[in-house]
Amino acid sequence: MKAKSPMELYELLPKTNCGECGEKTCMAFASLLIERGKKLEECKPLLEEEKYREKYEKLKELLAPEVREVVIGVGEHAKKIGGEDVLHRHELTFFNSTGLFYDVWDTMSDDALKERVDRIQSWQKFYVGEFLKLDGVAVRNASGDPKRFAECVRKVSEITDLPLVLCSFDATALEEALKIVADKRPLLYAATKDNWKRVLELVLEYKVPVTVSAPNDLDGLKSLAVTFSQAGIEDIVLDPGTYPTGKGLETTLANFVRLRRAAIAEGQKDIAYPLLCVPMTAWLVYDNEIDAAYWETVLATIFTIKYADIMILHSIEPYALIPQITLVANIYTDPRRPVAVTPGLRALGSPTEESPVFVTTNFALTYYTVESDITSNNIDSYLLVIDTEGICVEAAVAGGQLTAAKIKEALEESGVEEKVKHKTLVLPGLAARISGETEEATGWKVMVGPTDSGRIPDWMEKNWPPK
Amino acid sequence: MARKFTLEDIGKLLEKYGVLELEDVKIEGDIELEVEGGVGVSSELLATLQAALQSSQMISQFAVQAAHGLFGILAIAKLAGYPVESVLQSLGVPAAPAAAPAEMAPPAPVAPAIPEELVAAKFEVGKQEWVGQIEEVIIGATAADGGTRENVVKIGGDKTLPFYGFEYQNPNPPRIAIDCFDMPIPLAKAVREHYADVMEDPGEWAKKNVKKFGADMVTIHLISTDPLIKDTPPKEAAKVVEEVLQAVKVPIIIGGSGNPDKDPAVLEAAAEVAEGERCLLASANLNMDYERIAKAAIDHGHVVLSWTQLDINDQKTLNRHLFKLGVKREDLVMDPTTAALGYGLDYAFTNIERMKIAALKGDEELAFPISCGVTNAWGAREAWMKESPIKEDSDWGPREYRGPIYEIVTGLTLALAGGNLFMMMHPGAAAVVKEVTQTLGGFKEVEKEIEFENWLTWTEK
Repeated sequence: MKAKSPMELYELLPKTNCGECGEKTCMAFASLLIERGKKLEECKPLLEEEKYREKYEKLKELLAPEVREVVIGVGEHAKKIGGEDVLHRHELTFFNSTGLFYDVWDTMSDDALKERVDRIQSWQKFYVGEFLKLDGVAVRNASGDPKRFAECVRKVSEITDLPLVLCSFDATALEEALKIVADKRPLLYAATKDNWKRVLELVLEYKVPVTVSAPNDLDGLKSLAVTFSQAGIEDIVLDPGTYPTGKGLETTLANFVRLRRAAIAEGQKDIAYPLLCVPMTAWLVYDNEIDAAYWETVLATIFTIKYADIMILHSIEPYALIPQITLVANIYTDPRRPVAVTPGLRALGSPTEESPVFVTTNFALTYYTVESDITSNNIDSYLLVIDTEGICVEAAVAGGQLTAAKIKEALEESGVEEKVKHKTLVLPGLAARISGETEEATGWKVMVGPTDSGRIPDWMEKNWPPK
Repeated sequence: MARKFTLEDIGKLLEKYGVLELEDVKIEGDIELEVEGGVGVSSELLATLQAALQSSQMISQFAVQAAHGLFGILAIAKLAGYPVESVLQSLGVPAAPAAAPAEMAPPAPVAPAIPEELVAAKFEVGKQEWVGQIEEVIIGATAADGGTRENVVKIGGDKTLPFYGFEYQNPNPPRIAIDCFDMPIPLAKAVREHYADVMEDPGEWAKKNVKKFGADMVTIHLISTDPLIKDTPPKEAAKVVEEVLQAVKVPIIIGGSGNPDKDPAVLEAAAEVAEGERCLLASANLNMDYERIAKAAIDHGHVVLSWTQLDINDQKTLNRHLFKLGVKREDLVMDPTTAALGYGLDYAFTNIERMKIAALKGDEELAFPISCGVTNAWGAREAWMKESPIKEDSDWGPREYRGPIYEIVTGLTLALAGGNLFMMMHPGAAAVVKEVTQTLGGFKEVEKEIEFENWLTWTEK
């Protein structure tokens, strides 16, 4: 964003400290605006009162992210991409996670198509308190037949509300598909140096976001983007090409980095658009399914980190999806988010005086994993969360943040002694090393649980209640 | 599609183009113009053109100097940076101003917003300049330098961010060390099958890592020395180090058990028997008597691994302490801690990336090669667990394919953050990380040519 200090923003705000935004002062609101913790539109007076109109426009300009934000799809599944402001996540955070779109093609049988779309839209993986899901479907015009493509797009749109990318280099095919799903705001793929005029006509008519594509030709890519922009198109996505191996891959990385650096470090507005990456080009190189899916995941890894805002992928095997989506979640986690949860005693389910007392750390990832493993398996219990300064079990044992003394202190403060009658603690398996000391320090019986909380159900069966 | 264009809009437009005042123009009431067709090529400009065409008496009165009417407006537009030529082309008007321009303009309806030609453009972006450079550290010593290794391994020397060869070529590719242990240890099934035949014999294990799996180096973890495991005495553990040095000719890394009380004695004994081999001693950290590790390295000619837990300031502190004790800058590698994909990889990634950037910006306390314990990826349950413990999860599929890819993604992510040395476990994962980092680093020419566009019509065989 252009704004450099909260003061600069404050000057343009109403300065009435009305509190409608939820902040006590306009200055506090300004500080949050600059770190993108609040949206300008949360200042109601600014939006509604005519006298602020001009200031609102100025603020909007000052706060606009360096990379344009583009929305694909409509409704609850709409996927925002781009909108980034920094080159390295620690400088602020990355904002809109890389859109993961998985392909279907118009030569699939109806049954295969339905099954695949269903798998894409129902797939989920629990992670730190929520379910990660896939973002959308990319429909490929593999047949080269516009009618067949449109028919496939129609079927997909009847099965799912997920956002779509319509993939064809044939403007006629794109047009036939748009006649059916334009109101769902699909992303068009792609305008090229050969078909751009007709695609531009379509974009003007149907008002959908569009990818401009110029494989390994940044001058050509910019030329397309500038042409579309001057024609009044704002929702542009850039495809610099994804070459899967060798020098081609090295150059592809260079292209992504140079484009994003031009947008963010140099403020070059005319190419400051989201970037599209196609890891599925791995399938053009590898014949073996596992090799191809692995290499596709390698490409997804590189370009999740280096600036792809949307990706088109092929493998929907769990061993590809789980690491891909987890990495996106990791890279797009706000680094300003606290690492630790509040320590103390938690009651999970409806514990009784016979229920076990588990010990864990206050590292957020550890805590949420343990908590979900216990609750998902309906185990009524107490969870004693030790203040390990946000460090995980293994490291905290090695680093002295999880000690017998700390457990003793937490145990006494928790008052759990009055809630259970067994005086037994279950330590994480990775803290086995301190079990003896803990027994001595606390006077409680100490049992060593599994090294992974996913095995607590098994462990319970064999070890609880204690004999 | 129609768009209304009001007098106020015209006013704004003129203001934008720097026209402060219209002389001799009287406009009474609000004028509304309908613009038909695609609103594009700067919709404002087009609409203004249309206004000009439809209202020539107004245009002729514009106080513009460049020319009359239409071309006057265009001249202003051009000054403001609009692609006037392409607009003119689309209107069928030659670009050079001709006489009596107003009469040359085509009649309504207005031309479409789509130009005849793509706007020519050149993409350029500056290079990022850095003032710092990462130290180059040599691990291993050949006969010429008092050791017995057949080759040495150089890491670091980075001049720019990893794989930014379009700016500067970093001199050394990331290197891979494969782990072996001084006793059989429980391993995930996907890993175990590769080592089951050598687990009882660290020498054979090390040999397999190099000969069969192409490791650049071998790490021998003296894990049995842990008092809670076998409490193997340091002298005995040192024999295993000798065995490994005999078995392989590549440089080696010597790891303790991670027990802060025992490790100093273990690493001292190991350093002594490996005198002159320039091994990497893993590791010194703030929770132990790191002075003994530093001294062992100095006395016997080794490199120190300076290990901290995801904390830049701790890393600087420990490095500073080690230098004060006499460790030389070219004898230090950092391990800022590796967390697995999904289990803190974001912290590890950002921690390493920040260190690398700080070093390139000139922070000399952080300008050292970075080692990553990628084997930690196997701690992620997704890497080894048979199925998800969370009932609502979609099926996790066969675990034998999940584990190696967790190790690959963890390693590659940290390579992109700035890691220089990767301690790994699964041979397939090590091979993939090596392949991709060598490719990205510009150390690999081989390539299967593809037509990028073919992905769109590709179908499974």
